[in-house]
Amino acid sequence: MPLVKGGEITRDDFAHVREDLPLPEDGAVLISAARFLADPELLLRHKGRIGVIWPNGRDIDALVPYLDRLATIALVFPTFRDGRAYSQARLLRERFHYHGELRATGQVLRDQFVFMLRAGFDAFDVRKQSDAEAFAQTVKRYSVFYQPTGDGRLTALHRRMQLRDSRRAGL
Amino acid sequence: MYAYDEIDRTLVNERVLEFRDQVRRRLSGELTEDEFKMLRLQNGVYLQLHAYMFRVAIPYGTLASRQLRRLAHVARTYDRGYGHFTTRQNIQFNWIKLAELPDALADLAEVGIHAMQTSGNNTRNVTSDQWAGVAPAEVEDPRIWAEILRQYTTLHPEFSFLPRKFKFAITASSHDRTAIRIHDIGLRLLRNQQGETGFEVLVGGGLGRTPFIGKTIKPFVHGRDLLSYVEAIMRVYNQYGRRDNIYKARIKILVHELGIEKFAAEVEEEWLQMREGALKLDDEVVEDIRARFSYPNYEELPEMPDELRDAAQDASFEAWRRNSVFPHKVRGYAIVTLSLKPAGGPPGDATAEQMDALADIADKYSFGEIRVGHEQNLALPHVARRDLPALWKALDRIGLATPNVNLISDIIACPGLDYCSLANARSIPIAQELTRRFANHDTANLIGRLHINISGCINACGHHHVGHIGILGVEKNGEEFYQITIGGRADENAELGTLIGPAVKFEEVADVVEDVVEAYLALRARPDELFIDTVKRLGVEPFKERVYATR
Repeated sequence: MPLVKGGEITRDDFAHVREDLPLPEDGAVLISAARFLADPELLLRHKGRIGVIWPNGRDIDALVPYLDRLATIALVFPTFRDGRAYSQARLLRERFHYHGELRATGQVLRDQFVFMLRAGFDAFDVRKQSDAEAFAQTVKRYSVFYQPTGDGRLTALHRRMQLRDSRRAGL
Repeated sequence: MYAYDEIDRTLVNERVLEFRDQVRRRLSGELTEDEFKMLRLQNGVYLQLHAYMFRVAIPYGTLASRQLRRLAHVARTYDRGYGHFTTRQNIQFNWIKLAELPDALADLAEVGIHAMQTSGNNTRNVTSDQWAGVAPAEVEDPRIWAEILRQYTTLHPEFSFLPRKFKFAITASSHDRTAIRIHDIGLRLLRNQQGETGFEVLVGGGLGRTPFIGKTIKPFVHGRDLLSYVEAIMRVYNQYGRRDNIYKARIKILVHELGIEKFAAEVEEEWLQMREGALKLDDEVVEDIRARFSYPNYEELPEMPDELRDAAQDASFEAWRRNSVFPHKVRGYAIVTLSLKPAGGPPGDATAEQMDALADIADKYSFGEIRVGHEQNLALPHVARRDLPALWKALDRIGLATPNVNLISDIIACPGLDYCSLANARSIPIAQELTRRFANHDTANLIGRLHINISGCINACGHHHVGHIGILGVEKNGEEFYQITIGGRADENAELGTLIGPAVKFEEVADVVEDVVEAYLALRARPDELFIDTVKRLGVEPFKERVYATR
């Protein structure tokens, strides 16, 4: 599955470590929430970056104490119809000020990219190669947005106010 | 009318391009039907029994004449020459070809119409009072807030994949024409003691398999907090609403399972953490939206002009006027409801010719504005009372002056098994038969206000639970059967109807309804006691006895 980051297809540095296998000595690893929560302090001493796959049915509160020490959080879309991870993403970014990588995993398809970017995702485990290749093109689909989210894009309301202010200034 | 600005236009056009690309990928096989399904639904495209069905939004039920002409154009060019107005201020076209859909959307986009929010597990078309802005004693025009909500919910990045569909309705009148109590979120606009605008917020109403009347979650949410409060509700729902069973996925089930107190506490906790954030509306933002609604320059006119006095001699005119013409907030003007329920016709249908002609009539008599109500009728919101006789003649010529508004043949019905792939039974032929049975205007008038609602399956698109008489089609061993309820209502005193007996066959439905009506005429305390009030006073039993005694 291609990983898109920074708008481009990139190599995934993180090794997805199976539940029943020991962690490698070093290097970036991605582990399950259950494994992480069993002994977070021990795991955070791992030599190398560490990331957690967080299921969409679990409150993110339990992850909050460790946010500044995580290199990535992978949120899950079991199917593209299940949108719980959008809320988790916004909470992580906007309420808990998580600044690390936020990765969308599962059934990640082209037509969700804009929603995901707006919710705060910045890395995408894309299901289809053709969708990954179309990433840069797809995210340009929209140039106006109605809702304020943490992604910093200017919303319609603010644009209108700016337009009005510039009109006033011109008078 | 709300005037789109460049930003609104850009978004709608970008949406058309996106959908064009999605259709192209589906037709080339790049997208599977499963993947495409959600995408097309988010643009109002269903796959029905015979063809794709295309549902177009008419936000808060307000249409300009040029928009109505464009709907006529779509009906004529891409469909079979007619459209069907729904109970949620949408219009449906039943015979659209997938390959032509992007063109139809592009044509609509030119007049600021779109199909976003008409389907899918996201926020649906925000509905409001079809008399908004013109009803006497209205607190203020609720469409300003409906438009704010429309913008806020359109392509929402967090809430476009909710557990299930999500419907808002908003009213600013004490008499609720919007059915806020059967919506996921119902909003009643009111003013606090300081004279500031806010909302009583109701949550968890809905019909379908498990009907609930909405409950008040907060008696007053200040206008500036409306969006943050709504976002808190939707965030709690998005995370905790059930996704394991489509029939238990609506917010009403979450509210029911948690209990309103617990649900309200969850929402409150969420809300308090975000109410001071970016969603807080300042007065300037609200005024900016308000400024883009325009209102007619009304003239100073007499309430009882000579034209109207003269026309009162004509019994046919009077019959129409009495049930189609309603008071307006401006002296000398009236609101006129146009029945889309002719005897023998499918409720809510209008032909392309009717739409075009009505657009001209609206230009001439209603400042170019048309409204769509949840009862599947249309309205002209700004008619000078002196023009009523001429208007009546013009409407009569195009079949839009049936004098049955709010009477027994003014029936709400879903498309049923004639079109819908979910239906178990036909709805339209039942409605058609009932409109024939009660075609006699004097009889209908004698019966008085009586709403019949018909659904062809448990999904309840015809709102049968809240019909004064509700008819629900079910299937038993491959045969159509119909359950009859009475005593439901969708207004400010919303209630669910009660079953009056075993389901009956297709051929018997109209007879049973006639028997119910006869029972009412015998049981009512006075000629002006409405059917719904007689049922309330006496309960279901006396009706049951009379209707089923001989069956």
